[in-house]
Amino acid sequence: MTLLEVNDLAVEFNTPEGFVRAVKGIGFTVERGRTLGIVGESGSGKSVTSLAVMGLHRGAEVTGSVRFEGTELLGAPEETVRKLRGRRMAMIFQDALTSLHPYFTIGDQIAEAYREHHGGTRKAALARAVEVLGDVGIPEPARRAREHPHQFSGGMRQRAMIALALSCEPDLIIADEPTTALDVTVQAQVLELLMKIQQDRGLGIIMITHDLGVIARVADDVLVMYGGSAAEQAPADTLFTAPRHPYTRGLLDSLPRLDAEDGEALRSIPGSPPSLLNPPAGCAFHPRCPVYAATPSPLCTGERPLLRQVAAGHQSACLLDGVTV
Amino acid sequence: MNGVDRMTVADGGTAGIAGTALLTVRDLGMTFPGPRGTLRRKAGIKAVDGVSFDVRPGETLGLVGESGCGKSTTGRMLVRLLDPTAGRVDFRGKDITRTGQRELRPLRSKLQMIFQDPFASLNPRQTVQQIIAAPLRAQGAAPAAIRREVRDLVGLVGLAPEHLERYPHQFSGGQAQRIGIARALATRPELVVADEPVSALDVSIQAQIVGLMERLQRELGVAYVFIAHDLAVVKHISHRVAVMYLGRIVEIGDKHEVYGNPAHPYTKALLSAVPLPDPAAERVRERIVLLGDPPSPANPPGGCTFHPRCAKAQDICRTEPPLLQITTAGGGRQAACHFPEA
Amino acid sequence: MTGFLIRRLLGIAATLLVICAVTFCIFYLLPSDPATQFCGKDCAPDQIALVRKQMGLDAPLIVQFGHYVLAIFAGRTMGSGQYAVQCNFPCFGYSFQSGRPVWDLMMDRFPTSASLAVGAALLWVFFGLSAGVLSALKKNSWIDRTVMVGTIGAAALPVYFTAMILLYVVVTVLGLIPYPRYIAFSEDPVGWLRNLILPWITLALASAAIYARMTRSSVIETLAEPYVRTARAKGLPERRVVAKHGLRPALTPVVTMLGMDLGSLLAGAMITESLFGLPGVGKLFADSLSKSDQPVVMGITLLASFFIVSSNLVVDLVYAWIDPRARLS
Repeated sequence: MTLLEVNDLAVEFNTPEGFVRAVKGIGFTVERGRTLGIVGESGSGKSVTSLAVMGLHRGAEVTGSVRFEGTELLGAPEETVRKLRGRRMAMIFQDALTSLHPYFTIGDQIAEAYREHHGGTRKAALARAVEVLGDVGIPEPARRAREHPHQFSGGMRQRAMIALALSCEPDLIIADEPTTALDVTVQAQVLELLMKIQQDRGLGIIMITHDLGVIARVADDVLVMYGGSAAEQAPADTLFTAPRHPYTRGLLDSLPRLDAEDGEALRSIPGSPPSLLNPPAGCAFHPRCPVYAATPSPLCTGERPLLRQVAAGHQSACLLDGVTV
Repeated sequence: MNGVDRMTVADGGTAGIAGTALLTVRDLGMTFPGPRGTLRRKAGIKAVDGVSFDVRPGETLGLVGESGCGKSTTGRMLVRLLDPTAGRVDFRGKDITRTGQRELRPLRSKLQMIFQDPFASLNPRQTVQQIIAAPLRAQGAAPAAIRREVRDLVGLVGLAPEHLERYPHQFSGGQAQRIGIARALATRPELVVADEPVSALDVSIQAQIVGLMERLQRELGVAYVFIAHDLAVVKHISHRVAVMYLGRIVEIGDKHEVYGNPAHPYTKALLSAVPLPDPAAERVRERIVLLGDPPSPANPPGGCTFHPRCAKAQDICRTEPPLLQITTAGGGRQAACHFPEA
Repeated sequence: MTGFLIRRLLGIAATLLVICAVTFCIFYLLPSDPATQFCGKDCAPDQIALVRKQMGLDAPLIVQFGHYVLAIFAGRTMGSGQYAVQCNFPCFGYSFQSGRPVWDLMMDRFPTSASLAVGAALLWVFFGLSAGVLSALKKNSWIDRTVMVGTIGAAALPVYFTAMILLYVVVTVLGLIPYPRYIAFSEDPVGWLRNLILPWITLALASAAIYARMTRSSVIETLAEPYVRTARAKGLPERRVVAKHGLRPALTPVVTMLGMDLGSLLAGAMITESLFGLPGVGKLFADSLSKSDQPVVMGITLLASFFIVSSNLVVDLVYAWIDPRARLS
């Protein structure tokens, strides 16, 4: 059975500045042992999507369907979803310093989650915490478990966050920019760790990031989001070698690369990502789109484009797909 | 460090052409006061230690390293936002580390800075016109000339004249950074120190700003010290690159040499840690995964500060700090390693 | 930790010494002559001179100051010969008005002020915190709006106005209790309570309102913290998320404020005590000030400074106990 199946997910909420449609009908699946990368810039809706899947987006109107092993989570009683949270699906947040509680020891924070779902004594739960801290490569786990988050270095803290997520042996891990706050050498360690854990335990992973390098490193499949919608979805290899959507192509062209030939100019995408408060009509990307600029079409300003099959396993949401500039 | 050693260290990677340097940095150091103890302060924290390099007119020197390596502290000392505790910085042949504020003023207009957070560095109560005009007014230019100049500058950085009457919060991050650049360029500087100028921006916007900075260098001949943690961006924009680790430069030289054939094991590990946006290459790539985190500058390891994380470390690395010198790896590049890559 | 304590205690001593010096100088510069006051209206010039000498007022300022400070710790013999008076530790001198030791005067009054301050604090903490937490959890509901409007009003009421209204309604109109007068707790606990209830409410009302507003914003802010989101992501029940992960950090700033407020109230709530005629330190201060009873005013000023400065230290220690980040490694 498919581990996670999301269909037509939409998230809307009110902000002090006005009504926001942060996610507009996206869908994807995650299988055991595979990694789905969700990539996008600020305001693309990628983080909102992950919170909505976990049932953590408070005060928002969430519609569509989120099925975890066939069980529909949207509209399910809070108690049902809560028992899955942390137990079967766990989350790793970007900034471990603010995401771990400053007042409690690392060991207590992990033990608390374990006890909530497995019961048992406090002592047994603490022993489990020490065990997972060791699993994620924290030296002297028994001693470090008695320390507070601020006593950990950035890399160790993110490992502790991963240990917290792993403590109940979940089937799905959602990692929201887990390495963005880390130095590149520490990022390499953390990504290595996540991939190893996935191999050992057959986890499904959703990796949310703005970094295409991280996506290329860990993802099997990629969903590119722009302005709250899916722009393109493809296996990672296809996406990087044969991108179809003008936004994906623009993103790859604008990326400075370590493996670039010398003197290759960056081709930037003009303009800025769209405002969520006042999004452009039709295709959210059309004001910045080189294809639209060359061959303006009323299609792009009319309906919001949906993902369409462009090749086997490859979908793109461009109404001008096939038009070359 | 004895006098003979300093000769090697102090030439900043530009052997033989030091006379043409716009900016000469020698043995620059910054020690922050340590935490307070019961009776006296504990030992200070050496954020920057013995840093030397040159910047030539019209070139870009990239300064890379991980958090806490001292790259931002170095940048701030170059424009005297911080007073160094050791060494000197010569700009156009004049030592600016010991000059009074009054004497510094004419030089300062030729030496500007761009910051990471464009919004934090722009006064929210001033219009774009006022922000960009400020350094010109400080120079005593006539109002009409200032207005003309500001219009030119705004066009130069890719903003429209109607933006002039708006306030910073009305702009996106990328546009705000353009305003910061326009302000920095108002006094026609010869050197701009840019501290993480694109790291707060979205990927698609980063390319716009990098492209803008490159174009401005071509048109105006301005030199940059480009400080960033993103190795790919630094590679793209720089002519020469200095890699910092724990307050020191561990490798410096031409970008092709440093990136193409790194001599210092840290540079090599750093480059191999950056994931490439190419899944096929990523699968087969050789990766050096360093152990542990970068150590704290408050308590640096003895000898070569990199030795606890270095696979090649020998006994000498634990006791003797290596000097920055030309290596057998070729070119004019220098590395601070007892066993540099050949 | 020990080093930290030593440094803080030294700091407190230095602060108190400076406050002492400043008040001492102010009184020295005042035109009124303590000797004339102490001696009485009918004293002849030679009698005044004798009193001056006895009180040590003929010595230079710095010497007088030295004597004053030293006496606090070591006691002091005032005057000489047959007029010599032994002033024991802790010696703050004698009141010009009553001739009693200042320390005894203050200690007589202290239980009253402490009763008033602690009782009021309990009231305002209980009501302020409950209203604030409730308001935050029911953000934008009618409860929240009612609390917010009510607290604006309460915070704006001057103490004397509150006292007048309370006295008029409770004592005059409803006749629930007689007009308050102070009864010591040891004498009659029920009477003590009945008579202090109105001063407590008077003193607590504005603080409760301010605490409610502060608690509300602090709780709202904390519940939006990433670590509260993590607690939810762990699958903890919402009640536990709020009570364990949200409220503790949210109430930390309230503890800080309480320490400061209580510290400054222990040496007397001048207006409330005067309004209700409570024989507290605050009323003593007001009375002494109007009669230029310099030793008493100085003594109370120092007592108040001592409470404020040491409550600062207590707050820091409590803070370190609550928040591990504030502990010194």
